[in-house]
Parts: sequence; C-alpha cells; structure tokens
Amino acid sequence: MSDTKRTGIIRDINGPIVTVELPGVRSGEQVKIGELGLFGEVISLRGQLAVVQTYESTDGVRPGEPAQGLGWPLSVELGPGLMGGIFDGVQRPLEKIALESGDYIRRGISVPALDRAREWEFEPNRELSPGTKVGPGVVLGTVQETTTVLHRIMVPPGVEGELLEVAPAGEYDIESTIARVRDPRGISHRLSMYQRWPVRKPRPYLRRDDGISPLITGQRVIDTFFPQLKGGKGAVPGPFGAGKTVVQQQIARWSNADIVIYVGCGERGNELVDVLESFPELDDPYTGRKLMERTLLVANTSNMPVVAREASVYVGITMAEYYRDMGYDVVMLADSTSRWAEALREVSGRLGQMPVEEGYPAYLASRLAAVYERAGRVETYGAGSGSVTLIGAVSPPGGDFSEPVTSHTKDIIETFWALSKELADARHYPSIDWVTSFSKHVQTAAQWWHKEIDPDWEKRRTSALALLARDAELSRIVNLVGPEALSDAQRWELEGASLIKEGVLQQSALDEIDTFCSPQKQFALLDLAITIYKRGAALIKLGVPVSELQHLPLMAKMRRLKSMYSSEQLDQVLAFRAEVDHAMESVRIEYAKHGEQV
Amino acid sequence: MSIKEYRTAIEARGGLLVVKDTAGIAFGDRVQIKDHAGNTRNGQVIRSADNEVLILVFEGTDDLDLENTWVRFLDEPVEIALSPEILGREFNGLGEPRDGRPPVLSNIRRPVGGSAINPAARTYPREFIQTGISTIDGLNSLVRGQKLPIFSGSGLPHNRLAAQIGRQAKLVDQESSFSVVFAAMGVSYADAKFFRDEFASSGVLRNVVMFINLADDPPVERLTLPRTALTAAEYLAYDLDRHVLVILTDMTNYAEALREVATAKGDVPARKGYPGYLYSDLAEIYERCGRIHQRHGSITMMPVVSMPSDDITHPIPDLTGYITEGQIVLSRELHNQGIYPPVHISPSLSRLMKDGIGKDDTREDHPRVAGQIYALYARAQETRNLASIIGADELSERDRRYLTFADAFDERFVGQGESEDRSIEATLNLAWELMSMFPRDMLTRVKETDLAKYYQGTD
Repeated sequence: MSDTKRTGIIRDINGPIVTVELPGVRSGEQVKIGELGLFGEVISLRGQLAVVQTYESTDGVRPGEPAQGLGWPLSVELGPGLMGGIFDGVQRPLEKIALESGDYIRRGISVPALDRAREWEFEPNRELSPGTKVGPGVVLGTVQETTTVLHRIMVPPGVEGELLEVAPAGEYDIESTIARVRDPRGISHRLSMYQRWPVRKPRPYLRRDDGISPLITGQRVIDTFFPQLKGGKGAVPGPFGAGKTVVQQQIARWSNADIVIYVGCGERGNELVDVLESFPELDDPYTGRKLMERTLLVANTSNMPVVAREASVYVGITMAEYYRDMGYDVVMLADSTSRWAEALREVSGRLGQMPVEEGYPAYLASRLAAVYERAGRVETYGAGSGSVTLIGAVSPPGGDFSEPVTSHTKDIIETFWALSKELADARHYPSIDWVTSFSKHVQTAAQWWHKEIDPDWEKRRTSALALLARDAELSRIVNLVGPEALSDAQRWELEGASLIKEGVLQQSALDEIDTFCSPQKQFALLDLAITIYKRGAALIKLGVPVSELQHLPLMAKMRRLKSMYSSEQLDQVLAFRAEVDHAMESVRIEYAKHGEQV
Repeated sequence: MSIKEYRTAIEARGGLLVVKDTAGIAFGDRVQIKDHAGNTRNGQVIRSADNEVLILVFEGTDDLDLENTWVRFLDEPVEIALSPEILGREFNGLGEPRDGRPPVLSNIRRPVGGSAINPAARTYPREFIQTGISTIDGLNSLVRGQKLPIFSGSGLPHNRLAAQIGRQAKLVDQESSFSVVFAAMGVSYADAKFFRDEFASSGVLRNVVMFINLADDPPVERLTLPRTALTAAEYLAYDLDRHVLVILTDMTNYAEALREVATAKGDVPARKGYPGYLYSDLAEIYERCGRIHQRHGSITMMPVVSMPSDDITHPIPDLTGYITEGQIVLSRELHNQGIYPPVHISPSLSRLMKDGIGKDDTREDHPRVAGQIYALYARAQETRNLASIIGADELSERDRRYLTFADAFDERFVGQGESEDRSIEATLNLAWELMSMFPRDMLTRVKETDLAKYYQGTD
C-alpha cells in the first residue's frame, strides 16, 4: 500500500458505523475520523463511499468533518516491552493511557504500544557475521525482556538477503537500527528491534507439526480427564456463574506454557483487575518467578467500544504468534468468544446484512474457524518448535449449547470443557461436566503420562470414567425407586463415584494448597480413590455390608487429602495408601471373625 | 458551531423523529422540540447524515404535528447539572425536578453518557459490606464496588429486600453508611411511594437521590434515566468522596423500552425481539460501577431484574448475569411458604466474595462454611426431590437428616425479619448450628481446625 494519505468527508454517522466519501481508500485500511481523530477500519466500499467501523464512540462527530485514510490495515507493534503489559482491543497501552488521560479513556488518544524511550540490553547472535544469508525468523540477537522471557529479535517476514552488519552488544531503544540486510535486488533494509504486522493475517512459519505433549494446567479434571495439547484448540462453554472465568484464570496461572496471553473480550472490568493485581504477586510454579512476567493482557471490557472488541481477538492472537515464532509455547485465552461473535453481529446488523441464525451473519462459522485455525504447533523459521494453544470461553445465552456460537465452535475445537449449571449450583468446581466434555487428545496425552508419570494412567482414567458412568445410571434408578432398591455392591459403586467426584474432580481455586496439583499428585489421588473402591468392592463380595465401609474414617480423609498435602508433599499423599491397606485389612479380619461366630 | 433550529420534521413514529435539510449536526447531541401547543420535549440525535437526522424523543412522539414542530439542535451533549444539593431530591430521567422544587443550579455539568473506565485505573473490590441478611453476607457476600443484581419475579418482595439492603448496608466496624442513588424505571406509583416512605421513615432521605420514571411516564425516558442516575452517582462518589449504593429497578422495563425503540428504528432483532446490542447497552450501565485507584468514593450497584415468567434464561436476566458479578435469585416457592427474604441460594452467586471474606475481613472459617452449606443444601435438594417421589419414610436415616437440615435452613437461616440486621458473626454461628446437625465426618468441606473450634454437635 502506498504511503500517501487520502482525505475525504464524513457523510453519515450511525453509532460506530460511519460512512465516508473517501476515493481510493482500500478495504481494511485504517481511517482517522473527524476532528477528534478517532480510529476506524474500512469494512466495505461502494463507489466513492467507504463504510468505516470506528473503535471509539462517535458522540459529537458531524457530517462534513474530514476523514483520512492512513494507508495501512490494523496492525500491531511487536517487540520487547509487551510482556507484563495491559493493552486495549487495538493495542493501546492502558497503563500509559491512564497516566495521560486519567481514570477514563479519552477519545482519539493515540499512544504507541511500545515505549520509544526505554532502552534494552541487546545481545547479538554470535553465530552471525556480515555476509551471512539471512531470512525471515532468523534470530539477530536477544533481549532479556523480563526475568523469565528472553526476547528473540528476529528478521521480520518479507526481508531476505545478505547480512551487512549486526549492532554490537549494548543498550538500544526499539527504534535504533540493530542490523542491516541487503536483499537480492541490492536494496538495503535497516532492521530495528520491533516490527509491525497486520492482525488479520496469520504470521508465516516453516510447517505445521502435530502436538506431542500435554499442556499441564495443574487442574485434575483437565489434565487427567480431558487433556489439552500444547498447540491445541479448546473451548470452555458454560452459562453465567458456572465458572468459565475461573477455569480460564486457573489455566493462565498454573499452565506450563512459556507465555500466557489473556484476552478479556467484552467481559467484566473487575475480573481483569483481579488478574492485574494478583498476577504480580503470584509465583509461577515452574520458574518461581512472578506470573506477570510471562503474562500479557488485552482488555476490552464489556463497556468499551464494541468494534475494538472484534479486533481484540486478532490483536491477541497476532502477539501470540509472534512469541511462538521465537520458539515459545504460548497459551492464549479468549474470554469470551461469544462477545466477539456478538460484536460481529452488531456490526453486521448496523450494515443491514441478512441475518441467518439468531441475528448472526452468515460468515460467523467461517470467521470462528479461521481464528481457531491460527492455533497450532509449528516449526518456526529460525527458532525451532513453537506453539499457540487457543482456549476460548463461550457464553451461550441461557446456557443453551445448541446456539450458533457454541455449536459452530464445537465443530472446530479438539477439547471441549462443558461447564454445568447443576454442578456449579452445588459448588462443585471446576464445574466441568464429565459426561458432555470431550478431548480428542487422550491417546497422545497417554503417551506422555505413561512415560513421565505412571504406565497405569490410562487404565485408572478409564476405570474412573466407567465408575462415573455407572453412577449416572444408578442415580436414575435411585431417583425412580429410592436407594433401598440398590444392592450393597451398587451402593458401593455410588460411593466410589462420589470419592472420584469429591476427592479428585473437585478442586478449589481458592484453596491455597489445592489450587495447583502436579501430575504426580493427580495420579496419586486418582490411584488412591480407585484403590479404595476396588478394595471395598472385593470386601463387599465377601459379604461385608456397605455401611461398614461408608463410615470408615479413611473415606472422609480421601475427600480431604487433596487439600491436606501440597504437590511438594507427595510422600504424605502416597503414605495414605498404607493407611488404606491397613483399614481395609482390619475390616476383612474383623468380618472374618464375625463371620466365624455366626 | 452553534444552536440551529429547523421546522423540517418529515416523519414521526414510535419515539423517533426524522428531520431533513439539516447540516453538520453532531451525533449524540441534545435536541429541544417545541410542538404545536408550545410544549417543549427533549431528544437526542441517534443518527446523523449529510442532510437528515434521526432524533430519539424522550417524551415520545405522540400528538406531534409535523408542520408545526420546531426542532432546535443545542450543540451540546445530553447533560445534567450536579451539586451537593441533589441529595434529598427527586428527578426525572433527564435530571429535571419532580418534587416541585426549583432545578439544581451549578457550574458542574456532566454528559450522562459517561465513558469507559480504563481497566488499568480500576482497583479490585475487596471490602466486605455487611447487609445484615444471612443469605447474602454468609453465602453470597457483597463487596464495595460490586454489581450484584436481584433476580426476581412479579409479585416477589424484591423492592422490600432492596430497601432493606439500602437501610442496613455498612462496612463492619464502621458506622459510615452509604449514600443511595435510587433509579426507578417504569415502576408503579405504589412502588415509588414505598421507597420514598421507606427512606423517609428510616431517616436516610437526606442521603438519597431519587430518579423516577413511573409506569405511565414516557418509556423512551427510561433509556436515559439509569445513565442520568449513574452520572449523579459518579459525582457523589468521585467528587464528594462518598460511598454510593445504586439501586436500579426495574431493568426489565429498561430493556423493554430499548426494544421498543430498536423495533421502531428497524434494528435487526437477536433473541425475543431484543436488539443484538442489548448486551453492550446493558454493560454500558452496569460497568459504570466499581472502585478507582486513589479515589475515596466507590459505586456499588444492585439492579433489580424481574424475570419474565420467572425464566432465568430470558435475555434480560441472562445477559445481566453475564455482566454482573453474581446474582441474588428470589424464589416463588420460598415466598409461597412465607419465607422472607425468599433467596434461593442454589442459583445465587457472588463472584467477588472470595477476596472480601476470610481471616482478615470476616472470619477465617467463612469461605469453607459457605462451601459446606452449599454442598449440604444441594444434596438436601436432591433428597427433597427423592422424598417427593418415594415418600420420606422410604429414605435412609442419613437422608432424612438432610431433610431436617433443609427445612431448618430455609426457616432459620434464609428466613429473617424485615428489620432484622444480623451481624456476620451471628450469621456464621447460625450456619455452624445448622451444620452441627450432621456428624463430623460428613462435613468434608471444612478443616479439622474449624470443626474443633466451631462444631457444636455431640458426635
């Protein structure tokens, strides 16, 4: 696109949709609107008229005011200084905006995402020397962005040729030239520490790879029952109050990713503040550093302009891809994709497009699929393997999973963590429903678990799920004819399922000990619950009445065990097994004696 | 630009007025309309094109004679005047007095539309508010800066509950009470009078600002009323450093007015005829509540949402629940049993509770007690269902215990007097008394240390 700026005139203002007469402007181009200088984006063209969606409120804008085409599409700045920051839906740094415009966001304010004044300690890549052939993704040098994130400065896509020079080690601001490259046509490119990238275009990579290792989130119901892979795509649908945001925040907190990008898309302001205030205090369980050092927030709260909400998901995923290109495993959380879809609906409604399902435009499914498709594990150009895991929250109206956004999402994703209102009402958190949830990654995850943790992982997982399925079946009978109709063995099955539910699946995000559970502890708890059930079932076969077992103190302890000992105190968790053996054996001996007397 | 006047109205329908041959009219500006009888109406520009504008008329478009309608564009946004004098007063949705007293005179004028709080300027709400109501304080605690709606149904005592909270709400160990901004949209005369009397009799009227639009007032005015009220609340909170409790009743009437105007405008409907932007529109109102860095005041909000046909999945309660930080749900069943306040705890929730309660805020066992009560009550509900099918006699001894617990819980914990102001200590002790109906080994959500300290059972 050319750099000449075109100017035109505003013709019509309909909320965030502004029609301008701007000949020569391109579809997708950024436009500055009116005397306030509000930013927007061309979404359709007809003759001389361009329809622009503006990222800010258009109150006070008049027909006849000027409009200016800026010559480039919506882009983000990519370079050191992103980590630990909070940006709005079009990547304006909110902390800096707060300094400039106070508690409320002033319209038309324009602050670049990256600090131009800050200097970074640049360490050049020693393997490079003048004359080397370099191409996109080649690492020119590194900057320690935060204590946990080493930022690799890469040759941007589109630049290829002979390296003329790389700057020596030292402090540079992001606009200083740190390398020069001469392309085959003889044109010399000056490279600085940052690059720009249009958000609606996926960043290139060498090739796509399959996911191989699970994303460990420290949440038992996720890791053990419905595992996600690094580079996978997943959705968390649930009605309000079911705990979507807590699930997302727990993943942001405890997952073993290198980088976490949290996009608060049309959600509550106070929840983002919670992340902003708590993450700088919380330790990353893997590095021991503060969580905020590997976290980046994109915030478009529900009261911020709706058009920027649509952009925020693209802004987030582009930054995720950028860190992926450095060879990192990135997790991007989008809370919530329904609000994003509603932003699409709102704009399409204002344009008078034909609605298909519940007012959503016909392109909803294809847009959703295109966004999720940007997740994946790839071979990068210059930094080995990297991945983007995309996990989207879905907020179905009325908790109805058959609505358009949830049903289209379900077709695209690989891991589906369905939250249940019933479980949430009973304060069973995380309220991930084991009947409707699924993961297509169990086989791949099993290889990892069998190698790293225990070869019996898949067996135990299957036993637990079978027990839960039996529980659902038996509960139906109980609801019809009452518990008296069940045999002792069946009642013990109910008891076993309840141990799985309360001792394993339930996990309180608020409990200091239980909020994170290592894979080792996860397996230990699962194994113990299944062992208790199996030992008990054997005793019942011998004729021990179920009431004898129900009141054993170990039953209450099994339910409390998860919050008694932390992941570091694995020995104590494992030591419980001896107690179980002992107690069960006592019952057996007791009953044998008793049986003899009778 | 300056004030412009036109007599070129060409269309009037459903609260909307189209004026042609205009030039350079700003989007969102305030409009004054003089009709053939010389009466003035107010409006706002909601679409502005080169030579035609669309105006939303707050008083409605009934009885307009297009030829004799003068439309004046004031070249300023819709604003209200603010001063400390607003306390104790009563206004309509545009900030005009309804109490027969003169208008507020002040240099401070603020546009009612407000703008988005920068998330980076917010502070996370964490100060526990004691409402004196056990189901709220104990199980769904409210904190300063939270928006916690009451989901109700027609005929349920949501207004009595809101008034009781308005009267009793305070921080523990502190006597400072809240200033109340009361916004009523489309309420009946009786309801408005109830609140007015309630505030007067408890002596807090000097601390209350009322914005009232009655059921027979123009519905379009309901669209600006909550915004006007919140602009006043922001002034009280951030200019005068007060802690403000905003009661909005009834948001369902607001949403219906929005639907009415959206339909007239020809907006594409999403669910049940409500426009696709209902979520964003409600969020603009609800998200104005919160706490801001280095500001002393705060805005806490309790909107009342009456659920059409008691349906919690109806778009209005549904979208509200997605924006607010929890909800208090009233139950017709409990109400019919004569229990006040009929708070149904299962679907009720407070999202901001976790940081406002516990050791330094209320009592260390509080979070676990709440979890335990919820678990017991959920199980008790299942048992109730079962008992209604197979009869209570068929239940095991263990299950019957749940039934006794549930009945005692509804009656003693949920039920309380309309002027009964329970301290959080009293609420938690009562919870332990009820939990102690179970043997220790069934209370797995609490810690051993809690049991040692508070358990009152014999087991």
